[in-house]
Amino acid sequence: MHLDEAWAALVDSPALGVALTLAAYRISLWLRARSGNHPLVNPVLISIALIGVVLWALDIDYAEYLTGGQLISLLLGPATVALAWPMHKELALVKRAAVPILGGVAIGSGVAVVTAVVVTRFLGGSEELVLSMAPKSTTTPVALALSESIGGVPALTAVLTILTGITGAVAGPRVLTWLRVRDPRVRGLAVGVSSHGIGTAQMLQESRTEGAFSGLAMALTALGTSLWIPILVPLLT
Amino acid sequence: MIPGLLALLGCQLAGEFLVRAFGIPIPGPVVGMVLLLVALQVREPAEDSGLVRTMEGLLRHLQLLFVPAGTGVVQYLPLLGASLLPVVAGLLVGWLVTLAVTAAVVAVLLAVGPWLRRTGLVHGGR
Repeated sequence: MHLDEAWAALVDSPALGVALTLAAYRISLWLRARSGNHPLVNPVLISIALIGVVLWALDIDYAEYLTGGQLISLLLGPATVALAWPMHKELALVKRAAVPILGGVAIGSGVAVVTAVVVTRFLGGSEELVLSMAPKSTTTPVALALSESIGGVPALTAVLTILTGITGAVAGPRVLTWLRVRDPRVRGLAVGVSSHGIGTAQMLQESRTEGAFSGLAMALTALGTSLWIPILVPLLT
Repeated sequence: MIPGLLALLGCQLAGEFLVRAFGIPIPGPVVGMVLLLVALQVREPAEDSGLVRTMEGLLRHLQLLFVPAGTGVVQYLPLLGASLLPVVAGLLVGWLVTLAVTAAVVAVLLAVGPWLRRTGLVHGGR
């Protein structure tokens, strides 16, 4: 018997990270169905918690997990391209709302940067944290690049960006209902601007119109944030 | 499914190439999405085609694809815990204000458009 070696080989194998991610996701979907699709039972949030506990209990490094995990992340590229499908189906609605869409994204993406910087700074966040927080509402690859360009910590920005997305997925639909926002176009745009792809994933579950507008808002916000960050961050810090 | 995945990867790669070639500050897959949108307008695939099934399958499980990067939070728990208030407030307040302001701006602009056309101040399209 070579249990230690066998275990080491298992931890080294990318298959472990893939299996762990799929298993956690499957369990989170089951839990969501059991809860009657309660928004707090968000699959991203539950999966992260489950994997975190397993990594901690089995003493596996995040880097070791990521050798398999990144194989799943790889599909984010084609999945982003696939957002063209709901958008194509809703294009007539999108064209008619072109001015409100552009206006909402232009102002919303600026407000996201200003509020993140001002609130974090006001409450005593370090310079590093403030700068890493600034691009958190935009899609992860853009947020990483922007964080680096202004002197933030890209890996920390990735975490903050994903936490923002989870917030939008968990609370977005409910808060919008509280605010009496019922138009699916407005709901989709508000979540897409504030909570990028993870918010969009939730809106796709709500309705095709909300999903399409959220995906579109996410794409335009990538551009909006890229333009706002170099203007706003030097003014605010 | 394979032709569908190839079409999506093709758009993504074309997008990656274009953003590098022209120095566009947005991710390659987002440009790939625009390219696919144009292609879908030119020629709409059948509802039961491989491309449509691949796109719907990927979007159905979009949340799964964020899990590995999100799990990176385990590395930052001590740092996040040390500045809990600015992190939590920055995330929640920033998010809430952005959500509400965006919704308000879009709702107002959606309402103003038809009103301007009705009063004859502008002659928009449809």
